[in-house]
Amino acid sequence: MLNKNFYLILIISLVFAISFWIGFNVNLLPAEASINAPIYDELFKILFIIGLIIFIGMTIAVIYSLFKFRKRNDQIGDGIALEGNLSLEIVWTIIPSIIVLLIGLYSYNIYDRMGGMKELNHNHEMMSSNTEKIWAGISQTSDNEIAINNLSIEVSAMQFAFLFNYPKGNFISGELHVPVDQKVSMKMESKDVIHAFWVPEFRIKQDIIPGQPTILNFTPTKVGKYPIVCAELCGPYHGGMRASIIVEEESDYNEWFNKNKKPEVNL
Amino acid sequence: MTISIDPQKTNNESLQPKGWLRYFSFSLDHKVIGIQYLVCGFLFYLIGGTLASAIRIELASPMSDFMPRDVYNQVLTLHGTIMIFLWIVPVVNGAFGNYLIPFYVGARDMAFPRLNAVAFWLIPPSGLMLVASYFVEGAAQAGWTAYPPLSITTPQSGQIIWILSVLLLGGSSIFGGINFIATIIKLRRPGLKLMQLPMYCWAMLGTSLLVVLSTPVLAGTLILLSFDIIANTGFFNPVLGGNVVVYQHLFWFYSHPAVYIMVLPAFGLVSEILPVHARKPLFGYTTMVFSIMGIVVLGLVVWAHHMFTSGTPPWMRLFFTIATAFIAVPTGIKFFNWVATLWGGKISINSAMLFSCGFIINFVFGGITGVALAQVPFDIHVHDTYFVVAHFHYIVYGGTVFIIFSSIYHWFPKVTGKMLNEKLGILHFIITFIGFNLCFAPQHWLGLNGMPRRVAEYDPQFQFVNQISSLGALLMAISTIPFLINVFLSVRNGKYAGDNPWNALTPEWLTSSPPPIENWEGEAPLVEEPYGYGKEILNENKNI
Repeated sequence: MLNKNFYLILIISLVFAISFWIGFNVNLLPAEASINAPIYDELFKILFIIGLIIFIGMTIAVIYSLFKFRKRNDQIGDGIALEGNLSLEIVWTIIPSIIVLLIGLYSYNIYDRMGGMKELNHNHEMMSSNTEKIWAGISQTSDNEIAINNLSIEVSAMQFAFLFNYPKGNFISGELHVPVDQKVSMKMESKDVIHAFWVPEFRIKQDIIPGQPTILNFTPTKVGKYPIVCAELCGPYHGGMRASIIVEEESDYNEWFNKNKKPEVNL
Repeated sequence: MTISIDPQKTNNESLQPKGWLRYFSFSLDHKVIGIQYLVCGFLFYLIGGTLASAIRIELASPMSDFMPRDVYNQVLTLHGTIMIFLWIVPVVNGAFGNYLIPFYVGARDMAFPRLNAVAFWLIPPSGLMLVASYFVEGAAQAGWTAYPPLSITTPQSGQIIWILSVLLLGGSSIFGGINFIATIIKLRRPGLKLMQLPMYCWAMLGTSLLVVLSTPVLAGTLILLSFDIIANTGFFNPVLGGNVVVYQHLFWFYSHPAVYIMVLPAFGLVSEILPVHARKPLFGYTTMVFSIMGIVVLGLVVWAHHMFTSGTPPWMRLFFTIATAFIAVPTGIKFFNWVATLWGGKISINSAMLFSCGFIINFVFGGITGVALAQVPFDIHVHDTYFVVAHFHYIVYGGTVFIIFSSIYHWFPKVTGKMLNEKLGILHFIITFIGFNLCFAPQHWLGLNGMPRRVAEYDPQFQFVNQISSLGALLMAISTIPFLINVFLSVRNGKYAGDNPWNALTPEWLTSSPPPIENWEGEAPLVEEPYGYGKEILNENKNI
């Protein structure tokens, strides 16, 4: 009996050890280039490890049962007439409930740190009126902070391109340029069908909806060029609907901005 | 075809065509209808599989070079629609439900045999119409989700035919659901209590409740969408003041429960198969029943987790995260119970058992990625990517389709009186299992690293992993060959099975194989312990 328990504990510890080792050493994610990315990767790592423990554990249990309890040629008759075990069933109801609840609370915390729970529908400087309702999006900053930082960009999506309007410079660009380590706020609206704005390296995505503006805020942390991918089926050229986001040092960004800036035209 | 109106004569053999011809008739026999559903579903599975192969060929290279881009979108729309509405839903519900439920409740047929036949005969015409829409002006190309405004702006004829066909299939599904509820509740043999029913009855009861509650919502939504397309109304059209997000809410109110409509019957089927081949009672019958009903209730209140990146307010995201994650609890109970059913058994390692165990492993994997996807911050990165494609194929293919094959190996002797070849069956399992995992496991990585779903072209850095996936798809296509050979050879020259080759205790095995037209020569047996393995002596005492 002691021997049997010893092997059980040994196997469980091995499953845990392997899962933790894989969780910490196998990277399945692209580069981290925004404030959101490390927060996301933290959640991913936890879910990955818990998932591995459950998956490896269940797989071992199934394969072990098939091997250990297989019917030998000389055997006749049935297995043991065990119809259930209430305490065992309660255990495997309560433990998963606790795990699921903890994961839920933890991901709520992650979502809050990403700015997902912030109110988005008031006092945004670019909104046509204060009562306009804006749904969802990820906000990393309070609206006051955005107002101070001035980095507001209007995104319009259409079949099959993104256009980035810089109201402060009065110009439209096909490439999104942003300075590193500064908060960017985007108000997005679609001209035709539903599109989505996704930057894998930033771990953010938001649908761009016709007739319904959405907001997405982020802070890039790494200089470089990253793909902007449309993630919502939008027509035949959906796969080709891509743009680039160029994260650059502030001086480079200002140079680019000033080069493109157009004087205000007053009619 | 001759149909008697006199209910006394409905199942009279002399009025129905005999032999294989009856499968082409408006038969009222639930066993014939079950096989009609299965064979019809399998033919559409072959079409849907061919379309899947076309998608994987296109994706073997990063450029859009195998077919025109709009045809690619039609192919992926048809693939999804066919696999869901013409293969998985009709087969796990219609085929096995019709064949087994009357046996399990001790009835001679379903409650409404004519409605049953109508429900089946709606399927072939609507399926053919859907496939044929390709030749009109091109098939629908807005995905199986048909989100407006894309579905309003793409060529109209294809989209309208798609809507008509899905409406008919939804109608068929509702007819079936009503029939199953009535049969399980009202046609039980006297003396048979609800808590003595085989688990598949409970699964079908839960599934049918979901069908009856949620499918009408899809029907209403699609009718409104068709008005937007033909009559220029503005329910969902933003140009006319409509709201596209409302469509998504209504659509997913059906289409998330649809996932449970596809997997709950599979949960029921595997609960029938495992005890027989493990020679052990089903572990935890009562908790299994409650977990099915728990999944039904929770399944109705999780739909918005498909919309975390659409316009949804933050509190709504939070509610749907928690509700979705909690479905893992009743589902987890079932998986622990199945492993406990295997534990301590005398397991026959045969094709039915292997496919069922493959199901457990694949579904656990898909369930884990499902819990991850339920978390809003996790979902925001991978929503609408290949990660999601991989996740739901682990659920519907690795889960349900594995169980469909397992069930075919298990019940083939009942239907035909002959055994399937075990060597070919095990070969079928090995190729399917390897091919499936090779095809879909790498797609998780693709999604995490930046490949969106429903694209004909992609970043060249993903080419190698896509080619591995396509290789897996090739193996999956090949795996149907040993299966088809096996079925054709066994129908003609298979080993005779006898009435009860597995020594099973559930009622369908307590009659001849194939069963007589009225299911039993005499009265239907009262099976109080469908899973009483290991205690036959006890059973005999009770029967005296």
